Amino acid sequence: MKTLIFRTIAPTLTAIMVVFSIFVLLRGHNEPGGGFIGGLIAASAIAIYGIAVGVREVRKALVVDPISLAGFGVFIAGFSGLLSLGQSVPYLTGLWGYISIGATKITISTPMIFDIGVYFAVVGTISAVALALEEGDVDK
Amino acid sequence: MSSDLDVGITLAALAPFFAAALAPFIHRFTKSYAGWILAVIPASIFIYLLSFVEQMSRREFVSAGFEWIPSYGIRLSFYLDGLSVTFALLISGIGTFIILYSAAYLSGHKHLGRFLSFMLLFMGSMLGLVLSDNLISLFVFWELTSITSFLLIGFDHVRQASRRAAIQALVITGGGGLALLAGILLLHQITNQWDISEIFVWGSTIKEMDIYPLVLGLFLLGAFTKSAQFPFHFWLPNAMEAPTPVSAYLHSATMVKAGIYLLMRMNPVLGGTTEWNIILPIVGGFTLLWGAAMAMKQTDLKQMLAQTTVASLGLLVLLIGVGTDAALSAAVLYLLAHAFYKGALFMVAGGVDHATGTRDITQLGGLWKVMPVTFVAVLIGVAGMAGVPATVAFLAKEEMYAVLEVSSVSDLFENWQNTLVVFVMLLGNAMMMAVGLTILVKAFLGKLKTTPHKAHEGSLSLWIGALVLGVFAIWAGTQIKYLGSIIVGPVASSVANFQISPKLHLDFEMLTTLPFFISTLTWVVGFVIYLAIEDIRAIMLRTSKAIGWTFDILFDWLMFGLIKLSAAVTRFWHHGRWELYLIVVFVGVALAMALPMIGNFNMPQMPGLQALSFFEWGIFGMAVVGLSAVVLAKTRLIAIVSLGIQGFAVALIFMLFGAPDLGFTQFMVETLSVVILALVMTRLHLEQRDARVPWEVARDAALSLTVGISVTVLMISVLQNPIDLRLSEFFALTSVPIAHGHNIVNVILVDYRGLDTLGEISVVLATGIAILALIRIRGGGPQTGVGAPKGVKKPKRARKATPAKSKRKTTRKSTKSAQKKPAGQST
Repeated sequence: MKTLIFRTIAPTLTAIMVVFSIFVLLRGHNEPGGGFIGGLIAASAIAIYGIAVGVREVRKALVVDPISLAGFGVFIAGFSGLLSLGQSVPYLTGLWGYISIGATKITISTPMIFDIGVYFAVVGTISAVALALEEGDVDK
Repeated sequence: MSSDLDVGITLAALAPFFAAALAPFIHRFTKSYAGWILAVIPASIFIYLLSFVEQMSRREFVSAGFEWIPSYGIRLSFYLDGLSVTFALLISGIGTFIILYSAAYLSGHKHLGRFLSFMLLFMGSMLGLVLSDNLISLFVFWELTSITSFLLIGFDHVRQASRRAAIQALVITGGGGLALLAGILLLHQITNQWDISEIFVWGSTIKEMDIYPLVLGLFLLGAFTKSAQFPFHFWLPNAMEAPTPVSAYLHSATMVKAGIYLLMRMNPVLGGTTEWNIILPIVGGFTLLWGAAMAMKQTDLKQMLAQTTVASLGLLVLLIGVGTDAALSAAVLYLLAHAFYKGALFMVAGGVDHATGTRDITQLGGLWKVMPVTFVAVLIGVAGMAGVPATVAFLAKEEMYAVLEVSSVSDLFENWQNTLVVFVMLLGNAMMMAVGLTILVKAFLGKLKTTPHKAHEGSLSLWIGALVLGVFAIWAGTQIKYLGSIIVGPVASSVANFQISPKLHLDFEMLTTLPFFISTLTWVVGFVIYLAIEDIRAIMLRTSKAIGWTFDILFDWLMFGLIKLSAAVTRFWHHGRWELYLIVVFVGVALAMALPMIGNFNMPQMPGLQALSFFEWGIFGMAVVGLSAVVLAKTRLIAIVSLGIQGFAVALIFMLFGAPDLGFTQFMVETLSVVILALVMTRLHLEQRDARVPWEVARDAALSLTVGISVTVLMISVLQNPIDLRLSEFFALTSVPIAHGHNIVNVILVDYRGLDTLGEISVVLATGIAILALIRIRGGGPQTGVGAPKGVKKPKRARKATPAKSKRKTTRKSTKSAQKKPAGQST
């Protein structure tokens, strides 16, 4: 899969997909989207990049191993639930807060942190598997 | 009940756990002082608990605790009465010296911090066990003692023998623990109570129920495995593989006494029946004789002590089973006596081992000259073992023999059970005394022999515990008035659940009593056995050689049989033939859907198709084209991609019918499935085309059609019924005001069903790790990323490994794992 066109557009495509995945993740609470879908999109992005430029480059770009990302995701998802214990409400009860910056009101909530955890768990796991599979592929 | 008390008692029970968490750090920073620092914890617990003794002696009790799982009515509750406080005092008191002793015994060991941590964990579990009121917390602590003792016995994990001993102890005591859990649950079913103190009043009811034998059997199984009763006794001698401090602690006052504690605790509820009075004395009596006899066979100090421990536990079970006032007082006294002298003797055995490098009594001799303090400790210990007057053990023996209540010779035959019991105890005690004498004379008297190390007196920490325990045993043995009223009376009364006032005496009057006569007889018999012990040992060694098998061998045989069986079962189900897996799964699916419909089969009405608009026809056509392409495809790759087409068509349908989230996810899953499947295909180096013969194709086609038709029929018939919209309405109503989200699907995922999602992403992560492991096993280890060999990340090495890899025969394992991924995600 090392055609010139693919290798040229892959980085751009990947960048757009990753940005889009974050967009999908963050809007997910009110419109179609969310951590799971966002994670899948990002994982596809990473898989495409891997096919185009090789696994070694992707690993370099990711800095951390994708499976660690997945572990981090599960960790923060679980951790977001702990925050509610501080308010003496059951585990994983959603807490909501608002920050106003000028005219914009930004919502911060534990479900959002949870969703980010889901995102990382999905993107980490799938890209780890995809990269590991591509690795054998590239070696040929 | 004040809240201070709640906190105090809970803290006393849990403090060792905190100390255990700190132990490795304390050891790192303070090195050789760690033992002295950590011993403060059990010492403080001991002093704290002493403050309850006065109250306990008045037969009062204290209960304390916190809510734990309120929805099940389970509290972390503690119940302090004579029995539990006495046990807790033994655990913390002896524990203090054991911590000191451990630090000295293993000084310089690089994992001493870990060892002390395990010790404290064990101590905490044991304290929790004896103080627990709640049956569930009792069970939790009970299992914790099994687990921590596993860690302790297997501490020297490099040696195969200690690993085996650890597993053996865990299997046997853990298995008993399961029986205990079943018993606890049954008891809860009957009484609807979790607290032992509440269950006491149910005693007479339970004993008359039909289910009583089952409850009793389960509890006895738990107690007998823990307390090493025949035929579960063999784990205890093997557990001597542990470092000596472990033996000194686990086998004197703690682990093995947990079963005794349970029997004593449950005596008011389960005891006193015919079954109780028959099973316990028989099992206990047999264990007593067996253990004592086996002890005579040994020449290793620790093994001798271990086997006599088995015997002593048998004696205790026997006494609890007899259950008369005298027997219960004797059990309590003997419990104390045994904790003192056995703890001391184990510590001495470790000290001797430490000083001389051997524990074999045939290689030892004359140690009294070089280890005078240790000699004094061993002298007192053996005096306890023999039940010499002025020790607690003597009083215990007097009470034991008082079981025989006779006024004339004919009574001996009339109450033949009691006569038999006393005879068994006499024999057992005599044999144990002979073993004690052997240890004393062979190892400490006579000529000094040359040993691997030059014998020398150990450090203070090594002998202080043994000496203090010995001195305390004598002190307690002479203060009979206090001993009787403060300890023995209250404890025996707790066990019996009615007032028992033991008649302890230590004066010239007793010289004329029957128990004293039997005691004297015991000494005589014991001395005779001692004189003949060499011959007895020779005979026993020959006999056991002739028999040729032991419980150990039986255990190994069972364990390996279990492993072989599970391997056979696994091989049967996990044959590794991928198409068979699929066939089994899909046949199962087809049956599950078709069978329920057979009973009341009404072919559902085909819903009238609404007129489809042209783009709906388009999508439909797309799905059909995709499916046909899958079936007709010449190569596997094309089939995979075609499957994607069909999936995309389904995703479009989702979009059209108002499920954008679902459609969205479906798109992504389809894309990734195709990518991953294609990647897997290239790794597997399969032939491009499948090589199924016609009948296999026919079989698979028939199966696919069956599943497809069943699903369709099922869906149609489901749709015939009105849909229950309550949940949907609930979510639609509450999603914005409660969960602040307009996207109900997402709100359900991250809020309403957050815990489920957390579980799901954990599964995703675990699956990912498993897949990585499988890929890396096939690929000969990781080349990059986590776990890759450091410093050899150059691509050259990876390339070198490739030829070998591609030559390897492909297996279906990695296919399986990789295909599981997309399937798992679309759910």
